[in-house]
Amino acid sequence: MISVLTRIFGFHNLALAEDVVQDAFCQALEVWKFRGLPENPSAWLMACAQRKAIDVLRRERTAREFAPELGRLAESEWTLVPAVEQRFAPHTIQDDLLRMMFSCCDPRLKEEAQVALILHILCGLSVGEVAGALVAGHAAVEKRIGRAKQVLAGARGLYEIADERQVTARLPAVQRALYLLFNEGYHGASTQDVIRGELCRDAIRLARLLQEHPAGDTPATRALIALMCLHAARLPSRLDAEGELRSLLDQDRSRWDRALLAEGQHWLERSATGAELSDYHLEAAIAWMHGSARSAEATDWPRIVALYDQLLAVRPSPVVALNRAIAVAQAEGPERGLAAIRAIDRVEKLERYPFYPAALAELELRRGHTDVAREHFERAKSLARNPSERRFFEQRLEACGASG
Amino acid sequence: MSQYLFLYRGAQRPTSPTEAQQVMQKWMTWFEELGKRGHIKDPGQPLEPTGKVVKGRQKSVTDGPFAEAKDLVGGYTIVEATDIAEAAEISKGCPIFERDGFVEVRPVMKM
Repeated sequence: MISVLTRIFGFHNLALAEDVVQDAFCQALEVWKFRGLPENPSAWLMACAQRKAIDVLRRERTAREFAPELGRLAESEWTLVPAVEQRFAPHTIQDDLLRMMFSCCDPRLKEEAQVALILHILCGLSVGEVAGALVAGHAAVEKRIGRAKQVLAGARGLYEIADERQVTARLPAVQRALYLLFNEGYHGASTQDVIRGELCRDAIRLARLLQEHPAGDTPATRALIALMCLHAARLPSRLDAEGELRSLLDQDRSRWDRALLAEGQHWLERSATGAELSDYHLEAAIAWMHGSARSAEATDWPRIVALYDQLLAVRPSPVVALNRAIAVAQAEGPERGLAAIRAIDRVEKLERYPFYPAALAELELRRGHTDVAREHFERAKSLARNPSERRFFEQRLEACGASG
Repeated sequence: MSQYLFLYRGAQRPTSPTEAQQVMQKWMTWFEELGKRGHIKDPGQPLEPTGKVVKGRQKSVTDGPFAEAKDLVGGYTIVEATDIAEAAEISKGCPIFERDGFVEVRPVMKM
């Protein structure tokens, strides 16, 4: 809704667009109080926002200043209403969402600012909720979003996506932001599962929107959707019935979301066109190897190691290297896995990542070095980012005690 | 059964969308409850806090507000009850009291 209104009012009036939305929302609640929820609340809200946008433009004598894209149309009552109505048509809304997405991924903004802005403007999260989702301080996020809006206010209109070259130019940044958004939901440290699930769903929704645009529909976009679906399919089993964190190796695979797995597979197949092999392709392929295996033992670990090797070549990262080492351990035993961990480049980057000592601990435990394992698990516990991680490491510590 | 007009007066407006949502939830629950017990003739409508006042022989038109904010009518409902005592009793369940508002209960005059 904010996207549509920003299109009408221009980026320099983003605050006005937000006010209109908030106004529409408050009015809706007031009326629903008496009349009950309408059958289609979001359509009702849209209609309400549309009326309010027209009111604002009527009030402003300088409508042209307020609605650069409507131009002269805003100056006459005869053309104002149809012009605004047209901006609220469903296909226009989709376009505006997409343009807003591209606008948020402005190269002048840091990646974390882009993600925060997408969450705030496109997913409708309040500043507090964005802070919760990104596990950052409220004041810091408020500043980040405020500064980002200021940068964008310089551009009067939304990013133009009618020209394919312009879409192509910014496409990698948009894909990257959606990838980070999804990761925030999937791997992030937020303790609230509801938030995490919603972040994942939002990321998938926006990625699909991107794919529906002819210039956005590239193999990498399809691979991105595939990897999101394949990961999201495993969300239901990350916590067991008691709400405890479960490692991939001993998850209840019957709880994986079959429909999402199938959809992920569908997109993975459709991504295999053209010469481009993106990191999204490789990550989706790894996720599919896990998703299609009946059990941890039945997984084709050597193939996963090979995929990780390719991924490291495209996107070198200590976290990817750590995941590769775990796959090596599954394929060739804990000794080789430990050697792979020791060989990780820039390992100091993992210093505060709890699953780094945890991986060391698992492998030490597996080769019978219980005392060393216990030390590593203690370290992991001290780095835990939320209570469920802490309980998970405590349980692993107990496992050390039992066998030692 | 007789009809009674409930005038909702003077409640504080919610200050955040979250608060507005909670207020709406309470009102919807209340209306649902009244409906189930057969007391709702017309759920009524909320009213905008602004408007015009037309007054005097000159019929001069001025902008609202019409009364002190604490007395402002924010909406109405038409309720069915056996007598004024029951109608007043029914009004006690209204969430408006949590927000420093009050309900004016007026019998609708019979033809």
